[in-house]
Amino acid sequence: MKGLWFLGNRLAQALLTVLGVLVLSFLLVRLAPGDPALLMAGEAGSDDPHYIEQLRVQMGLDRPLASQLLTYVGKVIRLDLGYSYRNQSDVWILIAERLPATLLLLGSAFLLSSLIGVGLGILAALSARRRGWLDKLISTLATLLYAAPSFWLALLLIILFSLQLGWLPAFGMETVAASLSGWDRVVDLARHLLLPAFTLACLFLALYIQLTRSSLLEVFRQEFVRTAQAKGLAPRRILFAHVLRNGLLPVVTFAGLQLGQLASASLLVEVVFAWPGIGRLLYDALSHRDYPLLLGVFLVISVLVVLLNLLTDSLCQWLDPRIQAGGGQA
Amino acid sequence: MPTDNAGQEPLLTVRSLRIPLPQGGDRSHALYDLSLELERGEVLCVVGESGSGKSMLANALIRLLPETVRIEQGDIRFAGQDLLALDERGMRQLRGNRIAMVFQDPLAALNPLLNIGEQIDETLRAHGYGNASARRQRILELLDYTGLPDPQSIRHAYPFQLSGGQRQRVVIAMALALGPDLLIADEPTSALDVTTQAQILELIRRIQQDRQMAMLLITHDFGVVRTLGDRVLVLRHGQLIEQGPVQSMLDRPQNGYTRELLDAVRASPSQPRPDLDLDDAPVILRTRGLSHSYLRRQGLWKKQRVTALEDASITLKRGETLGIVGESGSGKSTLGRLLLRLLDADQGEILYQDIDLAKLNQKQLRPLRGDIQMIFQDPGASLNPRQTIGHSLMAGLLVQGSSPAEAEQRARALLEQVGLPANAFNRYPDAFSGGQRQRIGIARALAVHPRIVVADECVSALDVSVQARILTLLEDLQRRLGLSLIFITHDLRVAARLCDRVAVIQKGRIVEQGPTSEVFNNPAHPYTRALVEAIPGHQRYPST
Amino acid sequence: MTPFKSALRIAGRHPAAAIAALFLLGLTLLALLAPWLRGDSPWAMVAAPLLPPFSQWAHPLGTDMLGRDLFTGLLYGARSSLLVGALSTFLTLLIGVGVGAVAGYNGGWIDALLMRIAEFFLILPALFLAVILVSVLEPSTSSVVLAITLVAWPSVARLVRSEFLTLRQREFVLAARVSGQSAAQIILRQILPNALTPVLVVAGFVMATAILTEAALSFLGLGDPDGMSWGYMINASRNLLRDAWWMSLWPGLAILLTVLAVNLLTEGLRSALGRQGGRHAD
Repeated sequence: MKGLWFLGNRLAQALLTVLGVLVLSFLLVRLAPGDPALLMAGEAGSDDPHYIEQLRVQMGLDRPLASQLLTYVGKVIRLDLGYSYRNQSDVWILIAERLPATLLLLGSAFLLSSLIGVGLGILAALSARRRGWLDKLISTLATLLYAAPSFWLALLLIILFSLQLGWLPAFGMETVAASLSGWDRVVDLARHLLLPAFTLACLFLALYIQLTRSSLLEVFRQEFVRTAQAKGLAPRRILFAHVLRNGLLPVVTFAGLQLGQLASASLLVEVVFAWPGIGRLLYDALSHRDYPLLLGVFLVISVLVVLLNLLTDSLCQWLDPRIQAGGGQA
Repeated sequence: MPTDNAGQEPLLTVRSLRIPLPQGGDRSHALYDLSLELERGEVLCVVGESGSGKSMLANALIRLLPETVRIEQGDIRFAGQDLLALDERGMRQLRGNRIAMVFQDPLAALNPLLNIGEQIDETLRAHGYGNASARRQRILELLDYTGLPDPQSIRHAYPFQLSGGQRQRVVIAMALALGPDLLIADEPTSALDVTTQAQILELIRRIQQDRQMAMLLITHDFGVVRTLGDRVLVLRHGQLIEQGPVQSMLDRPQNGYTRELLDAVRASPSQPRPDLDLDDAPVILRTRGLSHSYLRRQGLWKKQRVTALEDASITLKRGETLGIVGESGSGKSTLGRLLLRLLDADQGEILYQDIDLAKLNQKQLRPLRGDIQMIFQDPGASLNPRQTIGHSLMAGLLVQGSSPAEAEQRARALLEQVGLPANAFNRYPDAFSGGQRQRIGIARALAVHPRIVVADECVSALDVSVQARILTLLEDLQRRLGLSLIFITHDLRVAARLCDRVAVIQKGRIVEQGPTSEVFNNPAHPYTRALVEAIPGHQRYPST
Repeated sequence: MTPFKSALRIAGRHPAAAIAALFLLGLTLLALLAPWLRGDSPWAMVAAPLLPPFSQWAHPLGTDMLGRDLFTGLLYGARSSLLVGALSTFLTLLIGVGVGAVAGYNGGWIDALLMRIAEFFLILPALFLAVILVSVLEPSTSSVVLAITLVAWPSVARLVRSEFLTLRQREFVLAARVSGQSAAQIILRQILPNALTPVLVVAGFVMATAILTEAALSFLGLGDPDGMSWGYMINASRNLLRDAWWMSLWPGLAILLTVLAVNLLTEGLRSALGRQGGRHAD
């Protein structure tokens, strides 16, 4: 019962955050100097006074700020994110078309980075305890990966794997005009997905490795590990039930917090690899100052991140009984 | 008592154990040529302060030494087996099975993410106890045996849901799971409340008698030795100082160090001081109906109002030492902080020189600040690590308006008064030991010529032998400077030694007040009685 | 011991950090002297296009598709990166420490409100926010600095706040209150010096992130339109991956080494300072 109450609480907080995002995106456009309607019309519609007038009425620029905000919120709830003049389409439709590709990319990158990262982190921690060389190797790798700009890494990988070796395609999500189906299609998709997902995973790989390693080393120092040893438990049991269980908990929390960064980095990866996701959409909208589209993408990706955060929070709560009880007695 | 096994080999034999420490430590060896013997069914107490090597001994016996430490030479035999020659697998078979260990802090010793039942179950499983239902049966048996109410629900509980005493009972149950021959307990009650301590000691005593289990009990407290020990061994800086049967050690200690340790626990109530006539002395500070509560978060939205102190009324006479005695969480520290206006009271008065301190704002309070000062508990934490000692001492004087030259002169004089070298002035806190830092804390409190000093658990974080010296210093300073002292502590023995009058506090309420000898020898309130009886060693040898 | 000697002693214990510090110093110097070393403008077309590296002494790293020297571009790019990095870090620290100190020292509803705001910004995808902000405000050095500051201040604020919360309850702070020191004196003399180490460390990471973000923004075409930038150079190289792959190598390497140097220096600072300040952790 307490768990449900807790979840409801978190949901309420998430809703509040989403509201904050709405207010923020509402304000962002009004930040720019000049007429917001002009801005929204962007380069494309600037010739068309009718469009601007339409926008002006739509945005209710003559009405007080508060009621403008309310109108905006109301529209968003009904999934009316405006109209992209440039693309001749409703913003929401454009986004909905591209969203699955981004989700696919984010999901695979997340899986790759967390699984490999945590795995390497565990190996590094175990090696560190024995003062082995593997730890130094993995840690150096992590330090390097952390400092490298993702878009540069992407280009290097393209140079190596696409241009020099010719193993993997450099751009896009699927081979154009190949009209594949069934298993072939899946393989084609996977081949296209590999480089972008791996690039995106690289940055977070570093973070996961470092975090897992330090968290595990911290846990190894704890008294209850010594108790487990004093009870004569097998090292395997100690590692899994005691060390990993406690040590990976902060990593899960961390994973949740990283989602925003992951989404951000996906923007760059999508641009380099011409991956047809909403990041790419944003990039195209940038050069034309297509503000309805820009804001729409920002809104959607922010809400996505907030919801995913909620998910990880609930996962954490389920994993750690202390959180449910509101901290309990220390 | 050791079982009658004349001619049989001792259960545990340690010969000339030598464990060096890595370079750069404060001493070269953790243990140096230590030898001891333990018979079946006997309780051997190993007594030592921090740095004596007692914990290293415990770890060495079960071969769980830290990575950087190795046994240089020596011999450990358990039930005829050479432990040092045993491989890791063999050692694992002994651990938790025939040799069990109980650690000091039960909260840290339990995995926070596994429930109690699982943690005991894994021990049973590791040593092949039986099938699932047999193990379940055994777990319930053990939990019941160690005095835990409702074993069924405890089995499903998580460590954070239990109290400190309950957790330690669980740890003991875990240790007993497979009926070990030897139980090693490393300071098993130090992390617990006084009354809980007594209960756990009683439990251990009962278990030991029931099963005639051999025990190696590591402690710094001779009172515990009195309660449980058959033989006792004193360690200092890794070397054996003295050993022998408990009774003869208590009556006729040979070594000066042993005598120091024993003196620290003699709970003889102080004799009224001849130069101080308590009846005539005026009241210098008085509180009436002091109360303080705070909000505590429960879950995300709910908040609970917790009463820390309720209706506290005390009087302090000029020149006397008033003790505030209670367990942790009783509100005694809150009282101290209210007196110094580090906290604001909800209700009540603090009367000093006919002024109610509780009603003043910070500005009005400032000129009076110099009259009441505090000595804090943790000498490591009460000094700003980034300021030199000299600065820390001068700070208060400068705020009160002294010139820098005057402040410096006073600070240097203070260093001498508390027995510190003159060059301490320019050094940083981390260059000093705990006892020295507490002297600095005392010096700081005295810098502004206070009339009243509140000492909040100021010796609790120190080793026993160091404690005695600090207390002597305090007594000395008080006499010379005519201070009125409020001494907050949980340790009745210390209170008995130092305080003229004492107030006992339980769950935020003062339950009894009066001259120390009266309160401790003839306690009127049942809680006071329980506290006095809980003093380790009290039962077997009532204080004289 | 003279400060110079003790600095050497510290450097000896942390070789990686020392090398990193030297690198950054050297880079800053080169960046400052760029006009004298390589001419006034990185946009000048000085040689044949697509010259491979190490082929001509005057153009050690080659040229791009318009014959602009890549080494010159690197030096001028260093100016943008370092300038934006330093400015953003300074501004972030100013806001972050200020907010964190106020929240941590006061507690109560002020703390709750400020932290809510900070958490809100932390959750949002930072680069998206920065991109929109810069495009709304029109790309320039100041809008880039502003955008980076906006997404970076929350982590500094949270750190400072938690340090303040811990330190506020520490007994030496209580002792200062008991001796009658005013709140301002306590914050400045007692709390801040002890909170400095973690703040320095986080400043290092903010700088590293700032450099990466600036590069990302220029890569996306949102950098200062007049300034040469490493990100811009990488973007320009995209179409020539086949013919002149080295065009993307040098600027990326420059970013990697600079960020690496900042990180190593920060790590070194943390372990060097931690020894002194860490004592109060027990």
